[in-house]
Amino acid sequence: MRRVRQAAWALLAGIALATVVGGFFSRFDYARQDRDQINAPASAQHWLGTDELGRDRFARLLQGTRVSLLLAPAAAALSMLIAVGIGAAPGLMGGWSERTARTVIDLVLSVPWLFLLLMVRAMLPLNSSPAVSAMVTFLVLGVLGWAAPGRILQARAARLRDSQFLLLARATGISRWRLLARHVVPNLRPVLLAQFWISVPVFILAEANLSLLGLGVAEPLPSLGSMLRELENVLSLGGDAVRFAALIVLVVVVSSLQVAVSEQEAC
Amino acid sequence: MLKLVWRRLMLAAMTVLIGGLLSATLVRYAPGFGTDERQLDPRLSSESLAAIRKAGAEERSIPSYYVGYLRRALHGDFGISRSLNRPVRELLADRAGVTCQLAGKAMLLAWLAAALLVCVTSLVRAPGLALGSTVASGALLCLPAGALALLAIILNAPGYLALAFILFPKVHRYLSNLIVATAGMPHVLGAKAKGISETRILFWHVVPVVRREVLALAGVSVGLALSAAIPVEALCGIPGIGQLAWQSAMARDLPLLINLSMLVIAGVTLANSGADLLAQDRRQPL
Repeated sequence: MRRVRQAAWALLAGIALATVVGGFFSRFDYARQDRDQINAPASAQHWLGTDELGRDRFARLLQGTRVSLLLAPAAAALSMLIAVGIGAAPGLMGGWSERTARTVIDLVLSVPWLFLLLMVRAMLPLNSSPAVSAMVTFLVLGVLGWAAPGRILQARAARLRDSQFLLLARATGISRWRLLARHVVPNLRPVLLAQFWISVPVFILAEANLSLLGLGVAEPLPSLGSMLRELENVLSLGGDAVRFAALIVLVVVVSSLQVAVSEQEAC
Repeated sequence: MLKLVWRRLMLAAMTVLIGGLLSATLVRYAPGFGTDERQLDPRLSSESLAAIRKAGAEERSIPSYYVGYLRRALHGDFGISRSLNRPVRELLADRAGVTCQLAGKAMLLAWLAAALLVCVTSLVRAPGLALGSTVASGALLCLPAGALALLAIILNAPGYLALAFILFPKVHRYLSNLIVATAGMPHVLGAKAKGISETRILFWHVVPVVRREVLALAGVSVGLALSAAIPVEALCGIPGIGQLAWQSAMARDLPLLINLSMLVIAGVTLANSGADLLAQDRRQPL
């Protein structure tokens, strides 16, 4: 099982490296349109062919993967920060703050995730620049995706609060900051890390869903989700396997992350 | 028991009310809120324009708008959809049935497939079958709901099948993890040591233990189905609540969005509360 985990991490690292190194091999800009090469098949010039606007699909795939692999962990980090603030901190304090936090978490969890995302994303400006739209999309994911990790962190923090070793540490007269740094943070860190890595594939998939509904990253900036919209034209494109490159990359990235995370959790 | 039911109902009502208020607040602070295209119509008289502005001003205050909305809702008036120019009540009545049918069929299919697969895997004990089912559900888990909906269009498959494929991996993974965890419990090991058949162990010693968790998962899967119904209905062109949510979000239709959010929150909260109550009711004293 350890080998499976290592293979998943290696695959993930390979894809991340390819998005960086591949940029040197790609001769085209992801937004450059070649009107003479619309829907061109894979060739020596365009390795994955071109899309309906004549843009190089390989360059777009690299950029899309880069966007998803860069912004999803950033959104997950933001989500964890909020989860610590609303979940773990009240869990450690206990009392009314814990009860209030639990109610807030229950409320957020009672709204279906995609419904909430759709609602909030639609409230934001739709005419923003592509880079800003990418930031906003992942920001929304980060801001709204804290509830489930928050619940888990709260439960863990509450268990820590009532633990014997923390009671003993308090009895020895240890300062609050030292208690946090030496006892609380090291015990919360594994759960926090696990939740962080679980959130990354969830956010990649959520962005893909939003993009498929036209509420994700704006054109011409690609993301894995927006590239999946090409599936709509698959009937007219025929059975060219490379046209599914975005879908294949997405499945590989997400499954690698899931394998890596689940195996890490099992350790 | 009655006290518990009452408490859960109160909690559900409170969640719905707070959820509605939050969604109203979100919509109120969205850019472009309060801009009415009718104000640009040169045919309207100054009195009509003043009436439109007055109506807009009333909506600007969230508490007054929300209280007014709740008062009207209690009398069965849920307002008029701005984007579709139809009473919200009519729209919800038309579409709720479609989504209920879609989600119901998909949940039934997903649960049947997942339960059957988990039972067969635990009874047959073939490593290839276990690996195959894990890989299949893992692969489905990695596909965005929207991509599965598009694949359903390409393959000319019904929308509920796409929704079932979205729900299946989540239900299957949880069920199989639950069964594996329970199979290692002392009473199950004891039953195995006595030479009891695998079928009897599964249905007499494992299923009763996991019943409560399964009921909780059934409640959660309602929320999952409603959530996944949005891309499925929007992309497959199914006129249900999900498609309506997508359309109203794109058009920033305040009355419709508030009603939809409250309806969805109510559905999910009631499903979760129902599942909790069922689990409580059948709890056996140790």
